[in-house]
Amino acid sequence: MTKSYEEINEKIRKGKAVVLTAEEVSEMAKTMKPKEILDKVDVVTTATFGAMCSSGAFLNFGHANPPIRMERIEINGVPVSGGLAAVDTFVGATDCNPQNPTYGGAHIIQELIDGKELTLEAWGKGTDCYPRKHIKTQISLKTINEAILMNPRNAYQNYNVAVNSTDRTLYTYMGTLLPRMKNASYSSAGELSPLLNDPECRTIGLGTRIFLCGTQGYVVWNGTQFNCSKPLNDYGVPMGNARTLALMGEMREMSSEFLRGAYFEKYGVTMYVGVGVPIPLLDEDLAHRVSIRNSQIDTFIEDYGQKGDLIGKVNYEQLRSGEIEFMGKKIHTAPLSSLYKARKIAAILKDWIEKGQFELTAPVRPMPTGTSLQGLKEVEPSK
Amino acid sequence: MTKKVVITFSDGSASRPLIYELIKKFDIMVSIIKADIDGGRNGKLVLELDSDSEHIRQAIDFMQTSGVDVTPLEKKISYDDSKCVSCGACTSACPSGALSIGAPDWKLRFQPDKCVVCKLCITACPLKLFHIEFAD
Repeated sequence: MTKSYEEINEKIRKGKAVVLTAEEVSEMAKTMKPKEILDKVDVVTTATFGAMCSSGAFLNFGHANPPIRMERIEINGVPVSGGLAAVDTFVGATDCNPQNPTYGGAHIIQELIDGKELTLEAWGKGTDCYPRKHIKTQISLKTINEAILMNPRNAYQNYNVAVNSTDRTLYTYMGTLLPRMKNASYSSAGELSPLLNDPECRTIGLGTRIFLCGTQGYVVWNGTQFNCSKPLNDYGVPMGNARTLALMGEMREMSSEFLRGAYFEKYGVTMYVGVGVPIPLLDEDLAHRVSIRNSQIDTFIEDYGQKGDLIGKVNYEQLRSGEIEFMGKKIHTAPLSSLYKARKIAAILKDWIEKGQFELTAPVRPMPTGTSLQGLKEVEPSK
Repeated sequence: MTKKVVITFSDGSASRPLIYELIKKFDIMVSIIKADIDGGRNGKLVLELDSDSEHIRQAIDFMQTSGVDVTPLEKKISYDDSKCVSCGACTSACPSGALSIGAPDWKLRFQPDKCVVCKLCITACPLKLFHIEFAD
């Protein structure tokens, strides 16, 4: 048996679609075969809520009178891109003023979503068509034209677990790593995570409608560092940092319940992003894929104290237990992404689909295959 | 039972042998978790008192009538629960198990009685939600 997007959407419109979260279907799979699951379930909702540095927002401020070609721009003292025409900018989540490294682009984005008023200051050289050289004013989501969240790399398919074998505490984007491997931090929603439930991106591609920070957003491209070459475990799950998604959505509809500016000690600013992806059960293979359990998802242990050496392997059931045994040691494990929030997102998306408010979209273009990553080499200019 | 308290000395009251009195008069096992006394004999002590509840109650009464301020540790440490996203970053850094996260609900749990005031949570929280009254 197979189902088409149209058949599933017809059920959604009639309020008859059977929707489960990825955790619910994993539980169901303990007693049911993929064929039976395909028969019973139409859509599985997946979600994650984690720190995703490669995020940001396009803003258009509108023109002042007389107009200015904004070439250097600060919002609340944070320098943001002045390289987009006269009154557009891109606020990168990790943008910050080095004088005040705990506050940055992610906080600006959150404050805009919260309806706050921010200070915009901009400078230009003055041209015949844009004579003004300086402006200082207040902006909010009410006063500006567009506010579009655009995240080049979100929802990593899997992620290495971080430990630290050195004698000093390391402050990283994986949190505080205590010396001599006293803790291990992981950052994936495991069996609930979007790209672990459709590991080859059969249903996730350009144009896939998703939950993004409280509203409906879209997958707009493969995410940067999209890597199809990671080794697979026995269950076909890529181990380590593999595929990613580029996402976009309307900021005015978003809620800071699912988007937060954050600061990692001695690392910098980042943004917590809430993402939910629906997976239509088109055939048995997909029913089998969404049945994946934490015990079947492996990832590598990476030593952040030794230039990122991969020193072991562990699965998410072990990580979720709060302690792993590794190299004869008991190591305390803790998450960095919120399962509590991810579950909320999966439940909301399920509710939207059950109520007929959210229809599924077939990818306009599939994700790339066979990609791998290049490192950055230091070379002389070629002649 | 054990109880953790923050003792605040002012007006030079740290000059008296308070710990000796707690042990001698009230038969209390005292663990000093943190001590920060300045040259003017003012400052703070974080103590864990271990005895039966009656002795602990008497000891606290005694300290309060002796001119030092005694506050349960949990009153001095707080985090903004309404803004917490339960990411778990603080639980990774917390060495005492006072901050924990796990099944079934994966919501952050704070047990102040286990706290050893290492203050690692203040820096580990990406949303900066922890507040310890006597932190530097």
